[in-house]
Amino acid sequence: MSGYWTGIVAILCFNIVVAYSVFLPAAAGQLNLGAAGFVAIGAYTSGYLSTDVGLAMWLTIPIAALATGAVAFLISFPMLRTRGVYMVLATLAFAEIVQGIYINLEIFGAAAGYPVAAFAELDIIAPITILVILFVVFLMATRFGLSMRAVHDDERVASLFGVNTRMTKVAAFTLGGVIAGIGGAIWAHQFNYVEIQHFNILLSTFVLLYVLIGGTQTPYGPLVGAVFFTLLPEFLRVSNEWRFVIFGVIIVLMMVVRPEGLVTRTLVERFYGLFWRRGRTAVADR
Amino acid sequence: MLLEADDLNVRYGRNHAVRHVSLSVDEGEIVTVLGANGAGKSSLLKALQGTAGATADALRFRGQDISSRSAQKRVRSGLVMVPEGRQIFVSLTVHDNLLMGAYCRRDSDVAKDIEGVYERFPNLAQRRTMPASVLSGGEQQMLAISRALLARPVLMMLDEPSLGLSPILVNQLFELIVALNRDGLSILLVEQNTHKALQTASRGYVLELGRVVAEGTPDQLRAGEKLEAAYLGAG
Repeated sequence: MSGYWTGIVAILCFNIVVAYSVFLPAAAGQLNLGAAGFVAIGAYTSGYLSTDVGLAMWLTIPIAALATGAVAFLISFPMLRTRGVYMVLATLAFAEIVQGIYINLEIFGAAAGYPVAAFAELDIIAPITILVILFVVFLMATRFGLSMRAVHDDERVASLFGVNTRMTKVAAFTLGGVIAGIGGAIWAHQFNYVEIQHFNILLSTFVLLYVLIGGTQTPYGPLVGAVFFTLLPEFLRVSNEWRFVIFGVIIVLMMVVRPEGLVTRTLVERFYGLFWRRGRTAVADR
Repeated sequence: MLLEADDLNVRYGRNHAVRHVSLSVDEGEIVTVLGANGAGKSSLLKALQGTAGATADALRFRGQDISSRSAQKRVRSGLVMVPEGRQIFVSLTVHDNLLMGAYCRRDSDVAKDIEGVYERFPNLAQRRTMPASVLSGGEQQMLAISRALLARPVLMMLDEPSLGLSPILVNQLFELIVALNRDGLSILLVEQNTHKALQTASRGYVLELGRVVAEGTPDQLRAGEKLEAAYLGAG
């Protein structure tokens, strides 16, 4: 693989992981526009542990994940008091606060950025990414995954049938934080330099787009969304001046044509149906 | 008595929605609550389920005081509501909707019970892996009732189940209610379709502006003038 493509795949891995961090709360009905804030915490934590403490990557990445998860857990309580568009604003405000804090912290190099000692190549980043994907796919198939999706559809009825809705939302938000921490650590160790300017509103917006346009109904949506939106600009490079226009038009078209996202449960079902029929009549009559 | 409420009141701020209602359902009965829009029927059911705040002199289910129990605990003890407008989980598959009905259960019969539902409703079986949003109105109502059945109810409360269904489907629905009752399920039915409800029920209550204005057997209710008056707003 050429250096160019190695770089693209590394970014792709980062985008996929961060997309899953936003997907988990979204699957339980919470829109998180603060992904950049959580990613920044993960990146700085792993960077600090690597450069200043001298820990190895097999420690810095999990610790960064847990630290970010802990922050997510703590802020989930005030955050989940808000709903819908107010939650979007609250998470956005959180990310801005995180950015404001790091840009003023001298120990992390403030606005100049912070160097990270250990370097992670694709042979570390790619397996981590695959593990994250498998974890989320597995999680969504469990009883907890079922309760998340039920809360997404109707919180009141879900609670009637015995789901602890508050616990479900806190857990989804916290797990999202853990995964965002992993994403931040991947970034830190891949680029060996953490600059808070990268973790801005644009990152949060794009990641939320990956998830919403990929689709929140199934755990495959964020994967497809992240791959699609990471590779699309690369293929649009041919018409460099126009690529963001084309990019924007595609986003608008997607929202008009397929508001529930690229990957829906029906689509996944049809896809499975191509390979085995599970002993029932075709679903194609709908 | 399976369910007994004595002097039950529901207040939303200054709005006294359910006033001094006393009501009972015996084991094996189908009891119906009739009344015009805004008579307090849904509030009454919500109070019995525990999702609306209520005060009562006594609220007993299977001989136990449930007035301080949460809605979840009431479901667990067998008091299960099929909410108005069905309120199924639209993005979940039919199968997952059924699993949600059994969410509280820890026993190993869940899979068997779900198969039972599929046998009763082949339409649901056919669409078990499809999102519930693709179901027709009638199928959604069947799913909502099946979901409630999977919580193993002793008393099922249905809030206007015939709302928005075609006459043929309404007939099927009431046949189902009778069949479930024959299998041993007690039923409290809130309905606007007075005719069908009185055909099916063994006793009924008529609510008007939150008060019980008449109660008795279907024949007594049909003979009295309170029923008509309750709907026409005379009173």
